[in-house]
Amino acid sequence: MTLQPALFANDIDRYLKEHESKGLLRFITCGSVDDGKSTLIGRLLHDSRMIREDQLAAVTRDSRLRGSVGGQVDLALLVDGLQAEREQGITIDVAYRFFSTDKRKFIIADTPGHEQYTRNMATGASTASLAVILIDARYGVQLQTRRHSFICDLLGIRHFMIAVNKMDLVDYSEARFQEIVADYRDFADGLNVTDVRFLPISALNGDNVVNPSSDMRWFDGAPLLTQLEQIEILAVQNLHELRFPVQYVNRPNLHFRGYCGTLAAGAVEVGTEIRVEPSGQRSSVARIVTNDGDLNVAYPGQSVTLTLHDEIDISRGDTLVAANSDIEPCTAFTADVVWMHETPLMLGQEYEIKAGTRIVPGRVVRIVYQVDVNTMARSATDTLGLNGIARCQIEVTQPLVLDSYQRSPETGNFIFIDKLSNLTVGAGMVVDALNVGHIVWHDMAVTKRRRAERNRQKPSIIWFTGLSGAGKSTVADALERQLFGMGYNTYLLDGDNVRHGLCRDLGFSDEDRQENIRRIGEVARLMVDAGMVTLVSFISPFRDDRRMIRNLVEDGEFIEVFVNTPLAVCEQRDPKGLYRKARRGEISQFTGISSPYEAPESPEVEIDTSAYDLEETVGRLIAALRRHRII
Amino acid sequence: MREFTIRALTHLRQLEAESIQIIREVAAEFRNPVMLYSIGKNSSVMLHLARKAFYPGTPPFPLLHVATTWEFREMRAFRDRVAAQVGMELIEHVNEEGRATGINPFDHGSARYTDLMKTQALKQALDKYGFDAAFGGARRDEGASRAKERVYSFRDKHHRWDARQQRPELWSLYNGKLNPGESIRVFPLSNWAELDIWQYIHLESIAIVPLYYAAPRPTVVRDGRLIMVDDARFPLAADEVPQERWVRFRTLGCYPLTSAIESRATTLPAIIQEMLLARTGERFGPVVDHGGVGPVEQKAREGYVR
Repeated sequence: MTLQPALFANDIDRYLKEHESKGLLRFITCGSVDDGKSTLIGRLLHDSRMIREDQLAAVTRDSRLRGSVGGQVDLALLVDGLQAEREQGITIDVAYRFFSTDKRKFIIADTPGHEQYTRNMATGASTASLAVILIDARYGVQLQTRRHSFICDLLGIRHFMIAVNKMDLVDYSEARFQEIVADYRDFADGLNVTDVRFLPISALNGDNVVNPSSDMRWFDGAPLLTQLEQIEILAVQNLHELRFPVQYVNRPNLHFRGYCGTLAAGAVEVGTEIRVEPSGQRSSVARIVTNDGDLNVAYPGQSVTLTLHDEIDISRGDTLVAANSDIEPCTAFTADVVWMHETPLMLGQEYEIKAGTRIVPGRVVRIVYQVDVNTMARSATDTLGLNGIARCQIEVTQPLVLDSYQRSPETGNFIFIDKLSNLTVGAGMVVDALNVGHIVWHDMAVTKRRRAERNRQKPSIIWFTGLSGAGKSTVADALERQLFGMGYNTYLLDGDNVRHGLCRDLGFSDEDRQENIRRIGEVARLMVDAGMVTLVSFISPFRDDRRMIRNLVEDGEFIEVFVNTPLAVCEQRDPKGLYRKARRGEISQFTGISSPYEAPESPEVEIDTSAYDLEETVGRLIAALRRHRII
Repeated sequence: MREFTIRALTHLRQLEAESIQIIREVAAEFRNPVMLYSIGKNSSVMLHLARKAFYPGTPPFPLLHVATTWEFREMRAFRDRVAAQVGMELIEHVNEEGRATGINPFDHGSARYTDLMKTQALKQALDKYGFDAAFGGARRDEGASRAKERVYSFRDKHHRWDARQQRPELWSLYNGKLNPGESIRVFPLSNWAELDIWQYIHLESIAIVPLYYAAPRPTVVRDGRLIMVDDARFPLAADEVPQERWVRFRTLGCYPLTSAIESRATTLPAIIQEMLLARTGERFGPVVDHGGVGPVEQKAREGYVR
């Protein structure tokens, strides 16, 4: 008897008082229909008096119609779900079941056991702290037993209860039971789980489910339900490693700024010195606010609102950690990934990655190995299909605060979201966050494309050509400031900053001018390779020179901007007095005076700085860059 | 460093913290959320949790009541009191086209009536205001097909639920990415069982509609069910005389479709006691759930939500 009818009948107030202090245990049941999983769950619900009369009546009626257990009420029917599944006789999703005893409230994640439902099992296991794994006593440890155990272990479940079911069909044989226990122990040596318990049961008859079995007196353990009520769940949280992902900034009025979130790990106290990641700002906790009054200390799992002593800029997606914590946000990590969609995981494809309260673009750059869920054998692959499990190297474009999943599950998990369909296509558990200290693992080539993708821009050369005094440098400088402000990574090369360093050794002979432009072109090309939007301001009077540079980079990466300001205007401006010197013959071969300027035949953009002011000119350039898909 | 001893949260505090996390996540990730407020006990608990989530502020979304005009009078009075007290905007939506047809739960059958005045009305309201997330108070323990419902239940732009579009939900990571026109229903009480709801109402002293408590009320017996005669619109048969009976309600909706149970339970502990001793489920009460095989699944497809 697991609920106390006498108590709630006679002293409901005392009953309620006692039940307010119950704990909650989530567990997953693994096994196929054939193992008697549904029957076991039905039995737990039934024998713990959680079945309502109307449900029981329906099941009794259906049992007669189906006749699947010869006259007995088929308790498995209690847990059948959607109509379609009932017709097919299988379960194809995660169903959550609820029951309570005097000791605990239980939530069962009821998942199907076949290999094609690995993703469902991973989903169910993600929130469970215990797994009930069913084995048919007649068949012993099967391939699927290994699969179920492996997935539960991978998802970090620390407690396994191996329920050897259908003991009635092997004459309640202790020898058979011990044989299965030995087999399982051999295999489980390779898992992380440390608490493995074995029970001989018959879900159909109720042996060792809620009540002890009179047919198996040789078993001295407690029945399944008693064990579920009593087992002490290992707390995985490390209370010293504060992790508070900011979920929502609460600003109801000018006098209150609170950071709402659910404490993922560690404890936080009033006065705790904190650091904000990834910004690195510091402050300390002023209040721990709840609607039921302020707290002095909050623990993992509590949803609270923190206020800080300092006004600093914090937003959703930031994580508060202890001020002296040595955690570093990372942009690369290894993780075990479970793929959950028919469309396979593609190397290098960008997905949204949601970890905690942060969503960032990221990609799998390498699959270290794929694991066969049945044999745990590892193999090489470069794609991961539905229900595949693999260890992967992942890169994200913005830093995440991640812990190893085994150490801190709540800050070591994440999901993949497809950018087009918005579906959740995968889930991952962090193995190792890769910090600056040990980046030795990179073996996927860092290419121009990958750098450009991380910079989220199209690298290019924006080449300003035109007469001296045409306004090239002024316009290029203004454009760079504009682009930089828009979030692009830019660099401006102009004739002067190059001449003073890179080309200091060059003079003004034809040969040296040729070498000068070659060097500028090569530097610009390297900048493009580095993923930059590169602006070059350089008279470059000869078409052949400009064509040579255009040919250094790929189609579409060279944007020629012809700064076509009339010579008369340039000469009038004469900012460096060069035209005057040239007219006086003090400078020979001066472009436009004593040396030709070969105007571009089909520049991507043409501007005249005497016709428009600077702001409008930059506006026209931005529009042109959009047209050419540079930005 | 100071040593801490972890204290496990009780089951109610854990459920509370998880629900608050869900409610805040929706407020953070969605453009225009709304909380469906049906005035029942689940709505009361959900609203209570929302207020906790944003304390000392007010929840940053309005309440939406899809009204049929056939609610118990006490429900409307309670609703207006609560809305005034919490300081949230209350939107009432009635399917005016439905009302214009003169449809009523007596003459047109509960299925057609409910579809028009609840299901269609809800879609109208969501479209009218462009809500992209609607909190509902449904729980997974309410029926076999509910057991598999997600916390974020995805709906296409026609408000349809499609099994293949539902997203796996691992840990407490919910995927709130939507394309324009799509929306979700959110069920922050997914993991609460009926007993948890009652225990929490008791623990937190949450106000609920007085109809949940037993009192002498005018009732008639129709098809073996006790129906309360709440106003003069009730079409009494020639030989029908309402009788004063001690009754209460387990769930609340349109009064002609909600059957009462005889009870003397006038306190919360007494109600909980009756519930624990009772052998029939709470969903037995409302007539609306007896319209054929798999009604809840059918309603999910049609976009209905409590």
